[in-house]
Amino acid sequence: MACFLVPAAEAAVVTIATQILIAHENKILPKYKREENARLAVGAEKKAPFSQKLRWLSNLLWGGAFLLAFEHVWHGEVVPWFPFLTAASNPADASVMLHEMSTVGVTMAILVTAVWAVMVLVSNAMTKKALSPVAVTK
Amino acid sequence: MTLLTTVFAAIICTILWYKKAPNDEMKLNILCFMYWGASIMWLVDAIFEYAELKAAYFTPALEDMVNDLYLGLSVVALGLIVWLVVLLIKDPKGVVKASFLRKK
Repeated sequence: MACFLVPAAEAAVVTIATQILIAHENKILPKYKREENARLAVGAEKKAPFSQKLRWLSNLLWGGAFLLAFEHVWHGEVVPWFPFLTAASNPADASVMLHEMSTVGVTMAILVTAVWAVMVLVSNAMTKKALSPVAVTK
Repeated sequence: MTLLTTVFAAIICTILWYKKAPNDEMKLNILCFMYWGASIMWLVDAIFEYAELKAAYFTPALEDMVNDLYLGLSVVALGLIVWLVVLLIKDPKGVVKASFLRKK
């Protein structure tokens, strides 16, 4: 009914957090230092900043929520006039909608976040392996 | 059927992205994230529906199946349109900008 609203809300929070993190990362390093690092990093392997990984999560959530919103429009559950959600027009349907949001919607948000967490762990492990000094053998 | 269509779209996009990686000037990662995000969400939807319908979930009526396939294809088309708009706006190859700046 409106389960996509939960991942969409999480996507909004994650997007704001990403922007704050980017601003913080830029604040830590002055512009000349960032440019120098970028120049030195050309052709070299380097660890991706956490803000980039956070952007993966926001892309997954926004993309999924957008396509799910289209599905809800298709089924007539989202309409272009107030209150926009057909289930919100009467209390009985509204309680069903809220129940669906708290079960299906929350599970969707948790599963997408869990998949992203696995992606981050795998990418961290791969980066660590790639950046570790190679043992010198005969 | 919608879940299946989106999962296939996500797999195809991921294969295409991997073929070109790490070069992603076609911004295929946008499509991958969009389709995988939707696939995960529809998977949850399918699990809840299965818990409710049990085995009947796997034997949908033909009319429902066709409608779901039609919806799945529409979702894939919508995803492609979003990707195309982002690609043309970001214009990583500078093609759009070059066509605007072309002298007569």
